[in-house]
Amino acid sequence: MLSDALKHKFDTVIARYPLKRSAIVPLLLFAQDEIGHVSDEAVEEIARRVGVRPIEVVEDIGYYSMLHRKPVGRYHFQVCTNISCMLRGGEEIFAHCAKKLGIGHKQTTPDGLFSLEEVECLGACCGAPAMQVNYDYYENLTPEKIDELIEKLRRKDQGSRIKD
Amino acid sequence: MVDLIKLTIDGKPVAVPPGTLLIDAAKQMGIEVPSFCYYPGLSLQGACRMCLVAIEKMPKLQTACTTVVGNGMVVHTETPEVANARKAMLEFLLTNHPLDCPVCDKGGECELQDAVFRYGAAETRFLETKQHEEEKKFSSLVYYDRPRCILCYRCIRVCDEGMDVNAYGIGFRGAHSEIIPNRGEHLECEECGACIDICPVGALTSGTYRYKTRPWEVTYTGTVCNHCGDGCKTTLSVRNNVVIRANNRDHSGVNGEFLCVKGRFGWDFVNSEQRLTSPLIRKNGKQEEASWEEALAHTAERLQAVLAQHGPGAVAVIGSNRTTNEENYLLQRFARSVLGTNNLDHHRTADFSSLVRALTEAGAADRHATIEEIGAASSILVIGNDPTHQHPLIAYQVRQAVRQHGARLYVVNAGEIKLRRQASQYLQVSPRGEAEAVRALAGQVTASQDLCTGEAEALPTFAQALTKESDTVVIFGDEIQGQGVGDLVRWGLTLSGRTRFVALGDYANSRGAADMGLFPDTLPGYQPLSSEAARQQFESAWGSNLPTTSGRNLRSILEGIRAGEIKALLVFGANPVRTFKLEKAAFAGLQFLFVAELFRTETAEFADIVVPATSFAEKSGTMTNTCGQVQALKRTMRKAGTRSDLEILLALARLFGQKWPYQSSEDVLREIIALVPGYGIPLPGLLVGHAVATRPEGAPPPLERPDLVFSSRDSLFTSGTLSRYSWALNSVDEAKKPYGHAF
Repeated sequence: MLSDALKHKFDTVIARYPLKRSAIVPLLLFAQDEIGHVSDEAVEEIARRVGVRPIEVVEDIGYYSMLHRKPVGRYHFQVCTNISCMLRGGEEIFAHCAKKLGIGHKQTTPDGLFSLEEVECLGACCGAPAMQVNYDYYENLTPEKIDELIEKLRRKDQGSRIKD
Repeated sequence: MVDLIKLTIDGKPVAVPPGTLLIDAAKQMGIEVPSFCYYPGLSLQGACRMCLVAIEKMPKLQTACTTVVGNGMVVHTETPEVANARKAMLEFLLTNHPLDCPVCDKGGECELQDAVFRYGAAETRFLETKQHEEEKKFSSLVYYDRPRCILCYRCIRVCDEGMDVNAYGIGFRGAHSEIIPNRGEHLECEECGACIDICPVGALTSGTYRYKTRPWEVTYTGTVCNHCGDGCKTTLSVRNNVVIRANNRDHSGVNGEFLCVKGRFGWDFVNSEQRLTSPLIRKNGKQEEASWEEALAHTAERLQAVLAQHGPGAVAVIGSNRTTNEENYLLQRFARSVLGTNNLDHHRTADFSSLVRALTEAGAADRHATIEEIGAASSILVIGNDPTHQHPLIAYQVRQAVRQHGARLYVVNAGEIKLRRQASQYLQVSPRGEAEAVRALAGQVTASQDLCTGEAEALPTFAQALTKESDTVVIFGDEIQGQGVGDLVRWGLTLSGRTRFVALGDYANSRGAADMGLFPDTLPGYQPLSSEAARQQFESAWGSNLPTTSGRNLRSILEGIRAGEIKALLVFGANPVRTFKLEKAAFAGLQFLFVAELFRTETAEFADIVVPATSFAEKSGTMTNTCGQVQALKRTMRKAGTRSDLEILLALARLFGQKWPYQSSEDVLREIIALVPGYGIPLPGLLVGHAVATRPEGAPPPLERPDLVFSSRDSLFTSGTLSRYSWALNSVDEAKKPYGHAF
């Protein structure tokens, strides 16, 4: 079930565009932020609201690599290996993440905490090698910084669980 | 008259109407510009870039499929630059396309193969490993092979624009793009298979045809589909006496390239192992195999015994909705002139008699619309029925009329049928309220409160809009019958222009059965039995007297059997036990039941004699579609042990001491052309595969009772007996959806 807040958000976003279908990508992002991925229900709902067929929404999801049809980890590591990052050790960073987390490209750890993806340019060449975790950027990465980050995120997760 | 645009293509001048696409202008001159994504009748895509041509004064090569002709244009379609560009495009297409042509279904009839043959390079500069992906099963009838796909979008467009199903999309991006179905990994659609037929390569393949044969190893025969009443032309691909594919290969005939799931896949009942191949005779309560000679001799004996003891009034004949005109004609001759009875009828699925009667009375006997006229109409009124399910071709023609040239569609229906999507006016009425709606439209009655579910303005608005139309084609189902047809015709003819009519009958030759006089009170060509002149015409041709009193209709035949008044019943290609939901006890009063059928149906199970009939693929003859257009069936194969209804009737007549002058179905057709009013059709057109329109004219008696005309409400996936023995039609999940489901 999509929350009322999300449905309200849908209404306000759609109203911003002269053409309803222009709102598809923002709506997908908001839906993904709430659910963690784009569920069938979200696809149907968005299609209905902007007046397109569900398959047209599915087409858009496939086109954009940041939209996911299946659940990803709570922290989604998107490591850039494009030219600038590659020259500054991006591939090694990716390999290190893979080794540390025990997962590969587009895989998720069994506890559902982390997932890993090799992505194209993040537009952060000035801070290469760079990586995006959910919406946050981490730049000038080294294997040590990765270890630290993973540790920090694990603690944060435990903390939040105790609080729950 | 608009001025033509003058241009030069490959040094030759040509003049074409404004708005013509360059690719079509070239085609008119016999110049083939290769293309994958361009497809006549579909929206433009400009995706494949195969149709690049050089246009003088334009800096780069242009796509001929999206460029509109201009005055003074000078176009070159075959320069070295053009050939190089095409070669380069093909090199790109082949980077990931597997060269598995030797095992690909499409090998030999593949547009990519043909293009490479013409322009392709013998070598490629791409040395990388090809991306491979496993084949996907979209449904039991549609498979998708991603690596072969060249992303021309034809399947997506034909599904959207041709079928109004919208089952396909394009997923992912760049070199990973692929065709995706609407339900995750699967298709949920009408399963028409148009996507397979339109695919220029072997990316979409057919669940019934894949990996079965090479296309040059089969024989192709153009014939007519045997399922619904629309009469689509289809080409059967036959190999070793087995049908393996159907598609309208040359896109000729009333349907062009269109076929529905039944036409494209539903022919496989022909190959069914449950086909009867030997006559059965009931001996000591059990049906046992027997020879044809024994079965027919036995039939004649038993019939003669009943006739001698109880007279011709104790014998009745039920005819078929899917046998040929010639067979139906001979059947009524056999009943009337040999058995001497008018106890003759068939399951009427539309009231063709009342339509002919009403049009003749109004002096408008030529106002039957053809399938082509529906597609070209500017205004269409559909009353009752659900053409998407029951008449897929007519539904397609209606959609094309709306899409291609902005026809207005008016729908009167109790259900929310799929065609309402195209309707400019949709009048939803209460269940079975269509006839009342017609009377109200005609101004005969004021619509009752609940007819349009309380919307008082709906009907007047609808009627008002229709009066502004002209040349309307009126299409109606079994909801309108008897008096109702008269009301509709009289009102329809008051609309401006040439209003034309179509009555929707269920099966392949429902119209033909009516035209050939399988009625207790009507002779062939809708001539009333009471007409002395009509009777005499047939009496002198056949050299025998016909019974003058009307016989029993189908309901009355069944009642007569129950009452013990009918002692012998002959059934050809029908299954009344299922149609009328009869128990065995209903036939207890019969002394003799004869059934000619393809399968051991519920009716055949009760029979004393069952003879195996041939299917449509195994015989010649003619069929008349629901619009009254006659087309020729062509024999494509043989089935050992079976005989056509025509052969069966000729043999029975011989056993009754008759000397009938027919050697073949063509002899019978010649007699039909000579004797049956409205059937004076030219033979040559028929023989080359045209659909020839008939113009019946007559004054048949009014409909005796309302329960004689009823449609079976077959869905897209059913058609009476035949569909039950089709693997393909029963294999798809969509077949489990109820009649009327809109995909």
